[in-house]
Amino acid sequence: MTDSPLPFFAPTLDPGPSFLDLLRRVQPEALPGAGLDLGLAGGMRAAGMRADGLRAGGAYDGLEIPHATTVVAVRFGAGVVMAGDRRATAGYSIAGRRMEKVQPADDYSGVAIAGSAGPAIDMIRLFQTQLEHYEKVQGAQLSLEGKANQLAQMVRANLPAAMQGFVVVPIFAGFDQRRGRGRVFTYDATGGRYEELDFATTGSGSIHARNWIKSGWRDDLDADAAVGLAIRSLFAAADEDVATGGPDLVRRIFPTVAVIDADGYRGLPDDDVETLSQALLGGPERGGDAS
Amino acid sequence: MSMPFYVSPEQVMKDRAEYARKNIARGRDLIAMCIDPGVLLIADNPSKTLSKISEIYDRIAFAAVGKYNEFQMLKVAGIRSADLKGYSYSREDVSARELGNAYAQTLGQVFTHEMKPYEVELLVCEVGATLEDDELYHIFYDGVVIDEQGFSAIGGQHEQVNAALEADFDPHATLADAIKLGARVLGGDAGPLAAEQLEVAFLDRSRTRRMFRRIRNGELDGLLGA
Repeated sequence: MTDSPLPFFAPTLDPGPSFLDLLRRVQPEALPGAGLDLGLAGGMRAAGMRADGLRAGGAYDGLEIPHATTVVAVRFGAGVVMAGDRRATAGYSIAGRRMEKVQPADDYSGVAIAGSAGPAIDMIRLFQTQLEHYEKVQGAQLSLEGKANQLAQMVRANLPAAMQGFVVVPIFAGFDQRRGRGRVFTYDATGGRYEELDFATTGSGSIHARNWIKSGWRDDLDADAAVGLAIRSLFAAADEDVATGGPDLVRRIFPTVAVIDADGYRGLPDDDVETLSQALLGGPERGGDAS
Repeated sequence: MSMPFYVSPEQVMKDRAEYARKNIARGRDLIAMCIDPGVLLIADNPSKTLSKISEIYDRIAFAAVGKYNEFQMLKVAGIRSADLKGYSYSREDVSARELGNAYAQTLGQVFTHEMKPYEVELLVCEVGATLEDDELYHIFYDGVVIDEQGFSAIGGQHEQVNAALEADFDPHATLADAIKLGARVLGGDAGPLAAEQLEVAFLDRSRTRRMFRRIRNGELDGLLGA
């Protein structure tokens, strides 16, 4: 190929429909996590610091990096609901009150993140581009399982940074158009991918959220009930976990909620979530009814 | 020592242009129209799988006639370039003008430096906030770019198609009327093309983010019949 402002490749070097491979070829410095596993983290380790701002001895010191906390996904009859609280923490400080941890991955799937906020946001952006790029180059969407595996590769690529404390553990959920139902996938820091049958939670308050969902989940949930269950589980997590943000009635900040079904991904408007949250607040903690 | 025959540069360019033109002229036609609801792309293409019209980015579409493997390669390069730019800068920074220039440079380079020119002709369109903001670039096999206004037809019969459009094109037409006009002028004397003969895509001004969508099957039947 002669000189061209467009990226062309010899057949053996062609990145195919993968945006990640394209980025590796032409702009490796723009890859998420580039540099995190080398100089910076190495220096931090030498200084006895961890990315979460805690010294090995427990004294608070060093680099403060925002962390995203609790996110959940709940499957119901016709699809899946994803929700996340809005708080980001850096050490013992609140780094953000309005973080959006649940994002669309494409028209039929969403991704929710917990862990180091910076690398996680980069990972979501790359993942969104990767799915869109594939669709445009190939003229067809990846299968839901294909998308889940793509995300697993990105989590695995983050492993060196995860070893230094910059862990990213997403939940991926979507509507499988070929099978006609919602599906939920979780990941570990090594890129291990696990399909969950009914629901998944991750982040610092995940254990409380999971217990709440576990006690309330039924096979015949509809979308509204699943949304209610997800929101309640986040309130339960906020009740027990300092890093999870509860409903903020003063600033009117409520969880991010999205429903994904045969009609695709749709984030619930803030006003709707506020109305739902207010209605749910008279629940069991105040001696109300759990339903 | 044998000497190669002298051929004047003028003759070389002429031969290459004729070669490219002849092969492009064998292809079926394709039209882009800027109308109130968005930018309509409509092609005489009976294939359900080998498309001539593609999405490049949020507001940008690509359409081509000529040799399939060549414009396919250009399409993929365009998507790569746009996605790289959008990823490292911002989605708003990707523009049809820049992409059109990149295609023009590439085709111009190939035309002058390679044995064989690309046998393709391209349209790069961008839908704007209003009809006046729409952009439509027509790029030739030798790298020449024309900034078209309102509509453009490319392909073997482009002169007749353009003449027919000149007479009947209305920028304030509805989507259905524009599609019917497209089917009629692409069919020429043989009568309007049927839905199975058409590949139709639309940059929908009313959408957010990814504005490109294909119009096919039931929706196309409905719009053609209405």
